[in-house]
Amino acid sequence: MWKWLHPYAKTERAYQLCKTLQPWFWSGALLCLAVGTVWGLAFAPQDYQQGDSFRIIYIHVPSAILSMSTYVAMAVAAIVGLVWQWRTAYMAMIAMAPVGAVMTFIALFTGAAWGKPMWGTWWVWDARLTSELILLFLYLGVIALYGAFEDKQQAGKAAGVMALVGVVNVPIIHYSVEWWNTLHQGATISKFDKPSIAAEMLWPLLINLLGFALFIAAVTVMRMRNEIIRREIQRPWVKALAQKALG
Amino acid sequence: MNPRRKQRLAVIGAVCLLVAGAIGLMLYALNDSIDLFYTPSEIIEGKDGKLPQVGQRLRIGGMVVPGTVSRDSESLAVSFDLVDIGPAVTVTYSGILPDLFREGQGIVATGVLMTDNTIKAQEVLAKHDEEYMPPELAEKMKGIKHVKPENIGGQQ
Repeated sequence: MWKWLHPYAKTERAYQLCKTLQPWFWSGALLCLAVGTVWGLAFAPQDYQQGDSFRIIYIHVPSAILSMSTYVAMAVAAIVGLVWQWRTAYMAMIAMAPVGAVMTFIALFTGAAWGKPMWGTWWVWDARLTSELILLFLYLGVIALYGAFEDKQQAGKAAGVMALVGVVNVPIIHYSVEWWNTLHQGATISKFDKPSIAAEMLWPLLINLLGFALFIAAVTVMRMRNEIIRREIQRPWVKALAQKALG
Repeated sequence: MNPRRKQRLAVIGAVCLLVAGAIGLMLYALNDSIDLFYTPSEIIEGKDGKLPQVGQRLRIGGMVVPGTVSRDSESLAVSFDLVDIGPAVTVTYSGILPDLFREGQGIVATGVLMTDNTIKAQEVLAKHDEEYMPPELAEKMKGIKHVKPENIGGQQ
């Protein structure tokens, strides 16, 4: 069933795939982010309680949701790396790690900036905020562990195990607002019920969510191409590529 | 799938399950400490059979009962009642309240339990709910009209 995937274990095929996808991801991301952000920040109506301050939702929610999805994607790559021992899987994993870390940071930062005027505090050690902070540390841990090994195959294995174990944190983040009393509000859109947000505010949010996802994908394939070139610098196909680039 | 891959997959699955189990048990054991606040009924009736002590520093979270907010005309002192589904607890506070503080709003206050149903708060935080809607819709659906004062002034 998964036979069609196997050629992409080879670095050259993976590189070509990334190269093909990259312009699509970039153009989709820029389009969605431009439409979603302008619509959300300038044209969506004010909230009945928060006024204009609610608009941070258009940055905060996509970055928070995608900080978790990126982690799951990283863990899936880690499983593929550990079980099937694909080198490209580890490369994909480490390509995603810093992007996810930045998303987590954006989520924490925008949340704090919103929390100060709305809640009255930058930070409170409730379950949602704390588990999201742990997610940031997990990302940093994966990056640091990968960087600590000279042999990148070993590095991938070690960082992969850490990425995989840390995935336990993702459902904790998501359900923290239901399992415990928290200052952070419950889920607005990521639930099975009807979203608790008016449609004219929801659309720009969904567009921005897609835009953030495509942006992460675009940066990931770029980083992946770099990683492949760096690791395969001695291979004939990379040398041929360099020759072609130099003319 | 060849046997070696199958074995590696099984090992990874087992490790993940064990870690998830361990963390699950840990969180279950810490359940009380992870909750950010007591609800008013937990303060009056006790949480898991334990009543909080008078003099204990704690957090309380509940809805501000409409009509109970009384402000001192001379100072920043304010007092209000909080409820969830049971009895109310009175909170006294002196300081600036957050923007979202309103009657009917969810509030989290940190302070000291003075008697078994009054709390002297040092910090009051507003807990926002997950609903977002434009003012016109809120007025239609809920009959409430509360937009921040500066927004009313800012509109033409």
